Amino acid sequence: MIYLDNAATTKTAPEVVEAMLPYFTEHFGNASSIYALGSASKKAVNAARRTIAESIGAKMEEIYFTAGGSESDNWALKAVAEAYEGKGRHIITSKIEHHAVLHTCEYLQKNGFEVTYLDVDETGLISVEALKAAIRPDTILISIMFANNEIGTIEPIAEIGAIAKKHGILFHTDAVQAFGQLPIDVEELHIDLLSASAHKLNGPKGIGFLYVRNGLKLRSFIHGGAQERSKRAGTENVPAIVGFGKAVERAMLMMEEKTQKELKLRDYLMKHLEEEVPYAFVNGHRKNRLPNNVNISFRFIEGESLLIMLDMKGICASSGSACTSGSLDPSHVLLAIGLKHEEAHGSLRLTLSEENTMEEMDVVVEEVKEIVDKLRAMSPLYEDFVKKQGKQ
Amino acid sequence: MYTEKVMDHFQNPRNMGEIENPAGVGTVGNAKCGDIMRMYLDIDDAGIIQDVKFKTFGCGAAVATSSMATELVKGKRVEEAMQVTNKAVMEALDGLPPAKVHCSLLAEEAIHAALWDYAQKHHLVIEGLKEPKKDIHEDEEEEEAD
Repeated sequence: MIYLDNAATTKTAPEVVEAMLPYFTEHFGNASSIYALGSASKKAVNAARRTIAESIGAKMEEIYFTAGGSESDNWALKAVAEAYEGKGRHIITSKIEHHAVLHTCEYLQKNGFEVTYLDVDETGLISVEALKAAIRPDTILISIMFANNEIGTIEPIAEIGAIAKKHGILFHTDAVQAFGQLPIDVEELHIDLLSASAHKLNGPKGIGFLYVRNGLKLRSFIHGGAQERSKRAGTENVPAIVGFGKAVERAMLMMEEKTQKELKLRDYLMKHLEEEVPYAFVNGHRKNRLPNNVNISFRFIEGESLLIMLDMKGICASSGSACTSGSLDPSHVLLAIGLKHEEAHGSLRLTLSEENTMEEMDVVVEEVKEIVDKLRAMSPLYEDFVKKQGKQ
Repeated sequence: MYTEKVMDHFQNPRNMGEIENPAGVGTVGNAKCGDIMRMYLDIDDAGIIQDVKFKTFGCGAAVATSSMATELVKGKRVEEAMQVTNKAVMEALDGLPPAKVHCSLLAEEAIHAALWDYAQKHHLVIEGLKEPKKDIHEDEEEEEAD
């Protein structure tokens, strides 16, 4: 099997699993309990919290564990909206955010908030000038993702942070795809809130965190016990938190080496797919792009068919086609960067890990070439295109 | 998520291709939704479908329903082909996931569109056959009514 869907999820690293296991068995205590068994769990939770805080230049008490990236996004937006509505009811975000942000914004709009959705250019970058122009006296929050999950484009986070700070507006970033892949320092970048998830960096599923800068007004997201400084009640998922800590430790240690390896694979794969498959083009930014992301559209074919055929060859990938999204519309990200529906339906996302090899990239290029040919032979769009070419 | 029959027809599509100078050809669906089906019919003087070919841009279910639809109408009389409904296509494939039922409707529409073309060319009236909805290519999107 060639696994190229690391933006969907990653394989839990063996050392992460190993670190977690004792917290299912001998260290099963509740972190809130007073006896030694409980305090062992509490110690483990705090050690993980420290590792994670240090990895982004934050303080321990600024890290709140959640059930994952979607919860962190929901919490960040809803909590800020509620706590700061006295100041204003306007939020700025982008058209290419994850649905966890977009759908939360829609929910807030139904509750009397106004949301500006910034356009992106053909590479997926927001315009800093457009952001400045969108700021109003009642703007309370800017939420722009660190890097896009579909096309890998990295947004100008430092500039956005500086603008937010200058205007006294809070800045949230969904860093689910970037955390563990790119260096992040919340102080340097003026980030006030940040969402991340463990399973994107070889940690377990079902655990994430929300970083909230000290001093911010923050409402409880889950009411109940005093866990997470009384902001997010519920017994801590100790094994998952321990695993998250281990995954972050691992990711920080290997980031540079992993990046160098993935960049080589990524650029090789992009180049060869684009050069060897006719009527194909890369989506997203060529340079400001996650080191593990390849996104390419093949004209005249549909993504789900491509994915099933790749699966039969043992290759796991994803697509922005409607059929894979469960709705009739293809990816909102690909439409936002200006793709026609047909081109968005024919997109293929390949997201690498450091475990992939050049040999695998060659196999993928060959298989994709063959499958695209096969699907084009079946495609009435391709038939029309060829006939049109013949006439000219 | 797909039945074995759907996977079989997707991997080994029956009657895929084109017919030169067909008795009738019809294209339905649109690139916007991600499904386009084209059916070619070769119909003899006795009104029997001698050959049928399809081309499809779309998901696994779209390819499989097109393929199955061609099998169901091949060798049939035009009137019999009219009885090949989306339900019949679905049943023949041992079912489709709920989100893919529209693919079987498209297969039925594609057959009807090709039959309509045949009827128009030969000045025939086929009972129960209505003029198909125009197929919409993305370049022609401006012309859409909505």
